[in-house]
Amino acid sequence: MVFVDAIKFIFQNGPVAGDPSAPTLAHYTLQTLWISGIGLAISLVIGLGIGVTLGHLHRYSFFAVNVSNIGRALPSLAILALGDAFLGLGLTVTELALVILAVPVIVLNSYVAIDGVEGDIVDAARGMGMTGPEVLRRVELPLGLPLIFAGIRTAAVYIVATATIASLAGYNGGLGAIITNEASYHLSGVIGAAICVAVLALLVDGSLGAVQHVVTPRGLRLQAAAAAAGS
Amino acid sequence: MSTPLAVGPVIPNFGGGGSQGLTCVQQNRLFCPSWVSSNWSNVLWPALRQHIVLTVIAVGIGFAISLALAVLATRARWLERPVVAVAGILFTIPSLALFELLTPIKGLGLSVTTAEVALVSYTLLILFRNISTGLREVPADVREAAEGVGMTSGQILWRVELPLALPAIVAGLRTATVTVIALATVAAVVCNEGLGAPIFAAIQEDVFKTELIAAGLLAIGLAILADVLLVGLQRVLTPWARARSV
Repeated sequence: MVFVDAIKFIFQNGPVAGDPSAPTLAHYTLQTLWISGIGLAISLVIGLGIGVTLGHLHRYSFFAVNVSNIGRALPSLAILALGDAFLGLGLTVTELALVILAVPVIVLNSYVAIDGVEGDIVDAARGMGMTGPEVLRRVELPLGLPLIFAGIRTAAVYIVATATIASLAGYNGGLGAIITNEASYHLSGVIGAAICVAVLALLVDGSLGAVQHVVTPRGLRLQAAAAAAGS
Repeated sequence: MSTPLAVGPVIPNFGGGGSQGLTCVQQNRLFCPSWVSSNWSNVLWPALRQHIVLTVIAVGIGFAISLALAVLATRARWLERPVVAVAGILFTIPSLALFELLTPIKGLGLSVTTAEVALVSYTLLILFRNISTGLREVPADVREAAEGVGMTSGQILWRVELPLALPAIVAGLRTATVTVIALATVAAVVCNEGLGAPIFAAIQEDVFKTELIAAGLLAIGLAILADVLLVGLQRVLTPWARARSV
Protein backbone atom coordinates (compact mmCIF):
# COMPACT_ATOMS: atom_id res chain seq x y z
CA MET A 1 0.00 0.00 0.00
CA VAL A 2 1.59 3.20 -1.21
CA PHE A 3 0.19 5.41 1.54
CA VAL A 4 1.75 3.22 4.23
CA ASP A 5 5.13 3.41 2.49
CA ALA A 6 4.67 7.15 2.18
CA ILE A 7 4.13 7.50 5.94
CA LYS A 8 7.24 5.35 6.50
CA PHE A 9 9.14 7.64 4.14
CA ILE A 10 8.09 10.64 6.21
CA PHE A 11 9.09 9.07 9.53
CA GLN A 12 12.45 7.98 8.10
CA ASN A 13 13.04 11.61 7.15
CA GLY A 14 13.08 11.07 3.39
CA PRO A 15 15.76 8.49 2.61
CA VAL A 16 16.97 7.92 -0.97
CA ALA A 17 18.01 4.36 -1.79
CA GLY A 18 21.74 4.27 -2.53
CA ASP A 19 22.37 7.91 -1.69
CA PRO A 20 22.85 8.46 2.04
CA SER A 21 24.14 12.01 1.47
CA ALA A 22 20.85 13.21 -0.07
CA PRO A 23 19.22 16.12 1.78
CA THR A 24 16.64 15.02 4.35
CA LEU A 25 12.91 15.55 4.18
CA ALA A 26 13.19 18.03 7.07
CA HIS A 27 15.76 19.97 5.06
CA TYR A 28 13.42 20.21 2.05
CA THR A 29 10.47 21.15 4.26
CA LEU A 30 12.40 23.97 5.90
CA GLN A 31 13.59 25.08 2.47
CA THR A 32 9.97 25.33 1.28
CA LEU A 33 9.09 27.34 4.39
CA TRP A 34 12.12 29.58 3.87
CA ILE A 35 11.35 30.25 0.18
CA SER A 36 7.70 30.94 1.06
CA GLY A 37 8.62 33.15 4.01
CA ILE A 38 10.86 35.40 1.93
CA GLY A 39 8.21 35.66 -0.78
CA LEU A 40 5.49 36.48 1.74
CA ALA A 41 7.65 39.11 3.48
CA ILE A 42 8.40 40.94 0.23
CA SER A 43 4.77 40.68 -0.89
CA LEU A 44 3.56 42.08 2.43
CA VAL A 45 5.78 45.15 2.20
CA ILE A 46 4.68 45.89 -1.37
CA GLY A 47 1.04 44.77 -1.10
CA LEU A 48 0.19 46.36 2.24
CA GLY A 49 2.05 49.53 1.23
CA ILE A 50 -0.05 49.97 -1.90
CA GLY A 51 -3.36 48.65 -0.54
CA VAL A 52 -3.38 50.53 2.77
CA THR A 53 -2.21 53.80 1.22
CA LEU A 54 -4.81 53.71 -1.56
CA GLY A 55 -7.53 52.61 0.86
CA HIS A 56 -6.71 55.43 3.26
CA LEU A 57 -6.83 57.96 0.43
CA HIS A 58 -10.01 56.33 -1.03
CA ARG A 59 -8.46 56.72 -4.47
CA TYR A 60 -7.61 54.61 -7.52
CA SER A 61 -10.16 51.96 -6.57
CA PHE A 62 -10.35 50.95 -10.24
CA PHE A 63 -6.62 50.21 -10.20
CA ALA A 64 -6.69 48.38 -6.87
CA VAL A 65 -9.65 46.17 -7.73
CA ASN A 66 -8.98 45.44 -11.40
CA VAL A 67 -5.24 44.93 -11.29
CA SER A 68 -5.88 42.52 -8.45
CA ASN A 69 -8.50 40.63 -10.42
CA ILE A 70 -6.15 40.23 -13.36
CA GLY A 71 -3.41 39.18 -10.96
CA ARG A 72 -5.64 36.44 -9.61
CA ALA A 73 -6.20 35.17 -13.14
CA LEU A 74 -2.51 34.52 -13.77
CA PRO A 75 -1.72 30.79 -13.82
CA SER A 76 1.27 30.26 -11.53
CA LEU A 77 2.84 27.57 -13.70
CA ALA A 78 2.68 29.89 -16.71
CA ILE A 79 4.34 32.72 -14.76
CA LEU A 80 7.08 30.39 -13.53
CA ALA A 81 7.57 28.96 -17.02
CA LEU A 82 7.87 32.43 -18.52
CA GLY A 83 10.32 33.41 -15.77
CA ASP A 84 12.33 30.32 -16.60
CA ALA A 85 12.30 31.09 -20.33
CA PHE A 86 13.35 34.71 -20.08
CA LEU A 87 15.51 34.86 -16.95
CA GLY A 88 16.35 31.31 -15.90
CA LEU A 89 14.69 29.94 -12.79
CA GLY A 90 16.91 30.43 -9.77
CA LEU A 91 15.83 31.49 -6.31
CA THR A 92 15.50 35.15 -7.33
CA VAL A 93 13.17 34.51 -10.26
CA THR A 94 11.12 32.05 -8.19
CA GLU A 95 10.69 34.72 -5.52
CA LEU A 96 9.77 37.23 -8.22
CA ALA A 97 7.03 34.88 -9.43
CA LEU A 98 5.75 34.37 -5.87
CA VAL A 99 5.61 38.13 -5.33
CA ILE A 100 3.81 38.75 -8.64
CA LEU A 101 1.16 36.19 -7.66
CA ALA A 102 0.73 37.19 -4.01
CA VAL A 103 0.78 40.99 -4.17
CA PRO A 104 -2.59 41.39 -5.98
CA VAL A 105 -4.44 39.37 -3.30
CA ILE A 106 -2.91 41.43 -0.51
CA VAL A 107 -3.54 44.75 -2.30
CA LEU A 108 -7.19 43.90 -2.97
CA ASN A 109 -7.97 42.81 0.59
CA SER A 110 -6.13 45.64 2.34
CA TYR A 111 -7.65 48.19 -0.02
CA VAL A 112 -11.18 46.92 0.56
CA ALA A 113 -10.55 46.65 4.31
CA ILE A 114 -9.31 50.22 4.81
CA ASP A 115 -11.57 51.81 2.20
CA GLY A 116 -14.59 50.08 3.74
CA VAL A 117 -14.17 51.45 7.28
CA GLU A 118 -17.37 53.39 8.00
CA GLY A 119 -17.17 57.05 7.10
CA ASP A 120 -18.93 58.10 10.34
CA ILE A 121 -16.24 56.48 12.46
CA VAL A 122 -13.45 58.17 10.48
CA ASP A 123 -15.28 61.51 10.76
CA ALA A 124 -15.64 61.05 14.52
CA ALA A 125 -11.92 60.35 14.81
CA ARG A 126 -11.10 63.46 12.83
CA GLY A 127 -13.54 65.44 14.97
CA MET A 128 -11.57 64.36 18.03
CA GLY A 129 -8.56 66.02 16.44
CA MET A 130 -6.71 62.98 15.05
CA THR A 131 -4.36 63.58 12.14
CA GLY A 132 -4.47 61.44 9.01
CA PRO A 133 -1.73 59.02 10.12
CA GLU A 134 -3.36 58.73 13.57
CA VAL A 135 -6.72 57.88 11.99
CA LEU A 136 -4.99 55.21 9.93
CA ARG A 137 -3.04 53.73 12.82
CA ARG A 138 -5.64 53.90 15.57
CA VAL A 139 -8.94 53.56 13.72
CA GLU A 140 -8.71 52.26 10.18
CA LEU A 141 -6.02 49.59 10.65
CA PRO A 142 -7.56 47.94 13.77
CA LEU A 143 -10.99 47.86 12.14
CA GLY A 144 -9.58 46.60 8.83
CA LEU A 145 -7.29 43.96 10.33
CA PRO A 146 -9.58 40.93 10.04
CA LEU A 147 -10.06 41.45 6.31
CA ILE A 148 -6.39 42.35 5.78
CA PHE A 149 -5.43 39.12 7.51
CA ALA A 150 -7.84 37.13 5.38
CA GLY A 151 -5.91 38.41 2.36
CA ILE A 152 -2.55 37.56 3.92
CA ARG A 153 -3.81 34.05 4.67
CA THR A 154 -4.94 33.47 1.09
CA ALA A 155 -1.65 34.87 -0.21
CA ALA A 156 0.41 32.64 2.11
CA VAL A 157 -1.38 29.46 1.02
CA TYR A 158 -0.99 30.53 -2.60
CA ILE A 159 2.73 31.11 -2.06
CA VAL A 160 3.31 27.67 -0.50
CA ALA A 161 1.50 26.06 -3.43
CA THR A 162 3.46 28.03 -6.00
CA ALA A 163 6.79 27.40 -4.26
CA THR A 164 6.09 23.68 -4.76
CA ILE A 165 5.15 24.15 -8.40
CA ALA A 166 8.45 25.99 -8.97
CA SER A 167 10.10 22.56 -9.08
CA LEU A 168 7.99 21.65 -12.11
CA ALA A 169 9.37 24.69 -13.89
CA GLY A 170 12.90 23.58 -13.10
CA TYR A 171 13.79 25.15 -9.75
CA ASN A 172 15.55 22.49 -7.74
CA GLY A 173 14.62 23.12 -4.14
CA GLY A 174 11.94 22.60 -1.53
CA LEU A 175 9.48 19.71 -1.25
CA GLY A 176 8.58 20.09 -4.91
CA ALA A 177 12.04 18.72 -5.73
CA ILE A 178 10.95 15.37 -4.25
CA ILE A 179 7.53 15.40 -5.89
CA THR A 180 9.03 15.94 -9.33
CA ASN A 181 11.79 13.36 -8.85
CA GLU A 182 9.94 10.05 -8.90
CA ALA A 183 13.02 8.34 -10.41
CA SER A 184 14.99 8.70 -7.15
CA TYR A 185 12.19 8.76 -4.61
CA HIS A 186 9.68 6.29 -6.09
CA LEU A 187 5.96 6.83 -5.76
CA SER A 188 6.07 6.43 -1.95
CA GLY A 189 8.52 9.33 -1.64
CA VAL A 190 6.47 11.48 -3.99
CA ILE A 191 3.30 10.79 -2.02
CA GLY A 192 5.16 11.35 1.28
CA ALA A 193 6.36 14.75 0.10
CA ALA A 194 2.88 15.59 -1.19
CA ILE A 195 1.45 14.79 2.26
CA CYS A 196 4.07 17.10 3.80
CA VAL A 197 3.13 19.90 1.38
CA ALA A 198 -0.56 19.48 2.17
CA VAL A 199 0.04 19.48 5.93
CA LEU A 200 2.39 22.45 5.64
CA ALA A 201 -0.22 24.49 3.74
CA LEU A 202 -2.93 23.58 6.26
CA LEU A 203 -0.63 24.52 9.17
CA VAL A 204 0.29 27.86 7.58
CA ASP A 205 -3.41 28.58 6.96
CA GLY A 206 -4.38 27.48 10.47
CA SER A 207 -1.70 29.48 12.28
CA LEU A 208 -2.46 32.63 10.29
CA GLY A 209 -6.14 32.06 11.11
CA ALA A 210 -5.20 31.97 14.79
CA VAL A 211 -3.25 35.23 14.40
CA GLN A 212 -6.25 36.72 12.60
CA HIS A 213 -8.45 35.79 15.57
CA VAL A 214 -5.99 37.35 18.04
CA VAL A 215 -5.58 40.64 16.17
CA THR A 216 -9.33 41.09 15.68
CA PRO A 217 -10.46 43.76 18.18
CA ARG A 218 -12.70 42.22 20.84
CA GLY A 219 -15.63 44.44 19.87
CA LEU A 220 -15.55 43.15 16.29
CA ARG A 221 -15.31 39.56 17.50
CA LEU A 222 -18.45 40.05 19.61
CA GLN A 223 -20.22 41.62 16.65
CA ALA A 224 -19.28 38.70 14.40
CA ALA A 225 -20.46 36.20 17.00
CA ALA A 226 -23.75 38.06 17.37
CA ALA A 227 -24.22 38.14 13.60
CA ALA A 228 -23.52 34.40 13.35
CA ALA A 229 -25.95 33.64 16.15
CA GLY A 230 -28.59 35.88 14.61
CA SER A 231 -28.42 34.39 11.13
CA MET B 1 6.56 18.10 -45.36
CA SER B 2 8.66 21.01 -44.23
CA THR B 3 7.19 21.30 -40.76
CA PRO B 4 9.42 20.17 -37.87
CA LEU B 5 8.30 17.43 -35.50
CA ALA B 6 5.40 18.16 -33.20
CA VAL B 7 7.12 18.49 -29.85
CA GLY B 8 10.74 18.93 -30.69
CA PRO B 9 13.62 21.23 -29.86
CA VAL B 10 16.26 21.90 -32.49
CA ILE B 11 15.22 19.81 -35.47
CA PRO B 12 17.19 20.64 -38.58
CA ASN B 13 14.75 21.59 -41.25
CA PHE B 14 15.79 19.13 -43.97
CA GLY B 15 12.74 19.84 -46.00
CA GLY B 16 14.33 23.16 -46.80
CA GLY B 17 12.13 26.19 -46.28
CA GLY B 18 13.85 27.77 -49.27
CA SER B 19 15.98 30.09 -47.17
CA GLN B 20 19.74 29.94 -47.41
CA GLY B 21 20.54 31.00 -43.84
CA LEU B 22 19.60 29.17 -40.66
CA THR B 23 15.99 29.41 -39.58
CA CYS B 24 14.90 30.85 -36.26
CA VAL B 25 14.37 27.34 -34.89
CA GLN B 26 17.80 26.15 -36.04
CA GLN B 27 19.42 29.15 -34.40
CA ASN B 28 17.36 28.38 -31.28
CA ARG B 29 16.32 31.93 -30.69
CA LEU B 30 14.21 32.79 -27.64
CA PHE B 31 10.92 33.08 -29.50
CA CYS B 32 10.14 31.91 -33.03
CA PRO B 33 6.78 33.04 -34.45
CA SER B 34 7.32 30.65 -37.35
CA TRP B 35 7.32 27.69 -34.96
CA VAL B 36 4.08 28.90 -33.42
CA SER B 37 2.33 29.17 -36.76
CA SER B 38 3.60 25.83 -38.05
CA ASN B 39 2.74 24.02 -34.78
CA TRP B 40 -0.51 25.79 -34.02
CA SER B 41 -2.77 23.10 -35.43
CA ASN B 42 -0.90 20.04 -34.11
CA VAL B 43 0.38 21.22 -30.70
CA LEU B 44 -1.00 24.49 -29.40
CA TRP B 45 -4.61 24.39 -30.58
CA PRO B 46 -5.27 20.82 -29.29
CA ALA B 47 -3.71 21.79 -25.95
CA LEU B 48 -5.82 24.92 -25.74
CA ARG B 49 -8.97 22.96 -26.62
CA GLN B 50 -8.20 20.29 -24.01
CA HIS B 51 -7.60 23.04 -21.47
CA ILE B 52 -11.01 24.57 -22.16
CA VAL B 53 -12.71 21.15 -21.95
CA LEU B 54 -10.93 20.35 -18.64
CA THR B 55 -12.08 23.69 -17.25
CA VAL B 56 -15.69 23.53 -18.45
CA ILE B 57 -16.20 19.97 -17.11
CA ALA B 58 -14.63 20.83 -13.73
CA VAL B 59 -16.64 24.01 -13.25
CA GLY B 60 -19.82 22.29 -14.47
CA ILE B 61 -19.56 19.35 -12.07
CA GLY B 62 -18.37 21.61 -9.25
CA PHE B 63 -21.35 23.89 -9.84
CA ALA B 64 -23.86 21.03 -9.79
CA ILE B 65 -22.44 19.64 -6.53
CA SER B 66 -22.21 23.06 -4.87
CA LEU B 67 -25.71 24.06 -5.94
CA ALA B 68 -27.17 20.85 -4.54
CA LEU B 69 -25.26 21.22 -1.26
CA ALA B 70 -26.15 24.91 -0.93
CA VAL B 71 -29.86 24.26 -1.51
CA LEU B 72 -29.72 21.42 1.03
CA ALA B 73 -27.96 23.74 3.48
CA THR B 74 -30.79 26.26 3.28
CA ARG B 75 -33.13 23.51 4.56
CA ALA B 76 -30.65 21.94 7.00
CA ARG B 77 -28.50 24.69 8.46
CA TRP B 78 -26.14 22.31 10.30
CA LEU B 79 -24.79 21.12 6.93
CA GLU B 80 -23.06 24.40 6.23
CA ARG B 81 -20.20 24.11 8.73
CA PRO B 82 -18.95 20.62 7.77
CA VAL B 83 -19.24 21.38 4.04
CA VAL B 84 -17.23 24.59 4.38
CA ALA B 85 -14.66 22.81 6.58
CA VAL B 86 -14.08 19.96 4.12
CA ALA B 87 -14.12 22.23 1.05
CA GLY B 88 -11.74 24.58 2.87
CA ILE B 89 -9.23 21.81 3.50
CA LEU B 90 -9.41 20.67 -0.14
CA PHE B 91 -8.96 24.25 -1.29
CA THR B 92 -5.90 24.77 0.90
CA ILE B 93 -3.99 21.68 -0.29
CA PRO B 94 -1.52 22.83 -2.96
CA SER B 95 -2.44 21.63 -6.45
CA LEU B 96 0.71 19.65 -7.20
CA ALA B 97 0.33 17.75 -3.92
CA LEU B 98 -3.39 17.05 -4.45
CA PHE B 99 -2.86 15.70 -7.97
CA GLU B 100 -0.11 13.39 -6.69
CA LEU B 101 -2.11 12.30 -3.64
CA LEU B 102 -4.98 11.16 -5.86
CA THR B 103 -2.87 9.00 -8.19
CA PRO B 104 -2.51 5.91 -5.93
CA ILE B 105 -6.28 5.68 -5.45
CA LYS B 106 -7.81 2.73 -7.31
CA GLY B 107 -9.61 3.73 -10.46
CA LEU B 108 -7.90 7.11 -10.71
CA GLY B 109 -4.17 6.74 -11.45
CA LEU B 110 -2.69 8.87 -14.20
CA SER B 111 -5.84 9.93 -16.00
CA VAL B 112 -8.10 12.80 -16.93
CA THR B 113 -10.49 11.61 -14.18
CA THR B 114 -7.82 12.28 -11.55
CA ALA B 115 -7.28 15.75 -12.96
CA GLU B 116 -11.02 16.46 -12.92
CA VAL B 117 -11.48 15.19 -9.35
CA ALA B 118 -8.79 17.58 -8.14
CA LEU B 119 -10.05 20.50 -10.22
CA VAL B 120 -13.65 19.97 -9.08
CA SER B 121 -12.52 19.90 -5.46
CA TYR B 122 -10.96 23.35 -5.88
CA THR B 123 -14.25 24.84 -7.11
CA LEU B 124 -16.35 23.61 -4.18
CA LEU B 125 -15.37 26.16 -1.54
CA ILE B 126 -15.73 29.14 -3.88
CA LEU B 127 -19.03 28.03 -5.42
CA PHE B 128 -20.68 26.70 -2.27
CA ARG B 129 -19.86 29.84 -0.32
CA ASN B 130 -21.11 32.16 -3.04
CA ILE B 131 -24.30 30.23 -3.75
CA SER B 132 -25.26 29.83 -0.09
CA THR B 133 -24.49 33.49 0.69
CA GLY B 134 -26.62 34.51 -2.28
CA LEU B 135 -29.51 32.30 -1.17
CA ARG B 136 -29.26 33.44 2.44
CA GLU B 137 -29.41 37.11 1.49
CA VAL B 138 -32.79 36.79 -0.22
CA PRO B 139 -34.99 39.06 1.95
CA ALA B 140 -37.41 37.19 4.19
CA ASP B 141 -40.24 39.50 3.04
CA VAL B 142 -39.80 38.37 -0.53
CA ARG B 143 -39.94 34.72 0.50
CA GLU B 144 -43.07 35.34 2.57
CA ALA B 145 -44.71 37.18 -0.30
CA ALA B 146 -43.99 34.21 -2.57
CA GLU B 147 -45.54 31.86 -0.02
CA GLY B 148 -48.47 34.24 0.25
CA VAL B 149 -49.25 33.97 -3.46
CA GLY B 150 -49.31 30.20 -3.07
CA MET B 151 -45.93 29.11 -4.44
CA THR B 152 -44.56 25.72 -3.37
CA SER B 153 -41.09 25.60 -1.90
CA GLY B 154 -39.72 24.24 -5.19
CA GLN B 155 -41.28 27.12 -7.08
CA ILE B 156 -39.89 29.60 -4.59
CA LEU B 157 -36.40 28.15 -5.05
CA TRP B 158 -36.41 28.23 -8.86
CA ARG B 159 -38.47 31.36 -9.49
CA VAL B 160 -37.57 33.61 -6.57
CA GLU B 161 -34.52 32.59 -4.58
CA LEU B 162 -32.13 31.48 -7.34
CA PRO B 163 -32.80 34.48 -9.63
CA LEU B 164 -32.23 36.84 -6.71
CA ALA B 165 -29.02 35.03 -5.78
CA LEU B 166 -27.76 35.19 -9.37
CA PRO B 167 -25.22 38.03 -8.96
CA ALA B 168 -23.47 36.19 -6.14
CA ILE B 169 -23.63 32.90 -8.06
CA VAL B 170 -22.12 34.36 -11.23
CA ALA B 171 -19.41 36.10 -9.17
CA GLY B 172 -18.55 32.68 -7.73
CA LEU B 173 -18.51 31.09 -11.19
CA ARG B 174 -16.10 33.77 -12.32
CA THR B 175 -13.63 33.14 -9.51
CA ALA B 176 -13.95 29.38 -9.86
CA THR B 177 -13.41 29.41 -13.63
CA VAL B 178 -10.30 31.57 -13.43
CA THR B 179 -8.91 29.45 -10.61
CA VAL B 180 -9.50 26.22 -12.53
CA ILE B 181 -7.88 27.61 -15.70
CA ALA B 182 -4.80 28.44 -13.62
CA LEU B 183 -4.68 25.07 -11.86
CA ALA B 184 -5.42 23.04 -14.99
CA THR B 185 -1.91 23.83 -16.27
CA VAL B 186 -0.58 21.77 -13.36
CA ALA B 187 -3.00 18.93 -14.23
CA ALA B 188 -0.59 17.91 -16.98
CA VAL B 189 1.42 16.04 -14.32
CA VAL B 190 -1.34 13.41 -14.18
CA CYS B 191 -3.00 13.46 -17.58
CA ASN B 192 -0.64 15.15 -20.07
CA GLU B 193 -3.48 17.26 -21.43
CA GLY B 194 -4.10 20.97 -21.61
CA LEU B 195 -1.67 23.85 -21.90
CA GLY B 196 0.50 22.39 -19.14
CA ALA B 197 1.54 19.54 -21.48
CA PRO B 198 3.58 21.64 -23.93
CA ILE B 199 4.98 23.62 -20.99
CA PHE B 200 6.24 20.42 -19.34
CA ALA B 201 7.57 19.06 -22.64
CA ALA B 202 9.54 22.25 -23.15
CA ILE B 203 10.82 22.36 -19.57
CA GLN B 204 12.09 18.80 -19.80
CA GLU B 205 14.01 19.54 -23.00
CA ASP B 206 15.27 22.77 -21.46
CA VAL B 207 16.64 24.06 -24.78
CA PHE B 208 13.90 25.38 -26.98
CA LYS B 209 11.83 28.11 -25.34
CA THR B 210 9.23 29.09 -27.94
CA GLU B 211 6.83 26.31 -26.96
CA LEU B 212 7.04 27.30 -23.29
CA ILE B 213 6.44 30.97 -23.95
CA ALA B 214 3.59 30.37 -26.40
CA ALA B 215 1.74 27.93 -24.11
CA GLY B 216 2.33 30.13 -21.04
CA LEU B 217 0.96 33.19 -22.80
CA LEU B 218 -2.03 31.21 -24.08
CA ALA B 219 -2.86 30.11 -20.51
CA ILE B 220 -2.67 33.68 -19.25
CA GLY B 221 -4.70 34.96 -22.19
CA LEU B 222 -7.36 32.27 -21.71
CA ALA B 223 -7.73 33.17 -18.01
CA ILE B 224 -8.12 36.87 -18.73
CA LEU B 225 -10.54 36.23 -21.62
CA ALA B 226 -12.69 33.92 -19.45
CA ASP B 227 -12.79 36.55 -16.71
CA VAL B 228 -13.90 39.25 -19.16
CA LEU B 229 -16.55 36.97 -20.74
CA LEU B 230 -18.00 36.07 -17.33
CA VAL B 231 -18.19 39.73 -16.31
CA GLY B 232 -20.19 40.22 -19.49
CA LEU B 233 -22.41 37.25 -18.62
CA GLN B 234 -22.94 38.71 -15.15
CA ARG B 235 -24.14 41.98 -16.67
CA VAL B 236 -26.45 40.30 -19.17
CA LEU B 237 -28.00 37.96 -16.58
CA THR B 238 -28.61 40.64 -13.97
CA PRO B 239 -29.89 43.72 -15.77
CA TRP B 240 -31.58 44.95 -12.59
CA ALA B 241 -28.22 45.31 -10.81
CA ARG B 242 -27.07 47.67 -13.55
CA ALA B 243 -30.28 49.68 -13.47
CA ARG B 244 -30.00 50.11 -9.71
CA SER B 245 -26.43 51.32 -9.73
CA VAL B 246 -27.04 53.98 -12.38
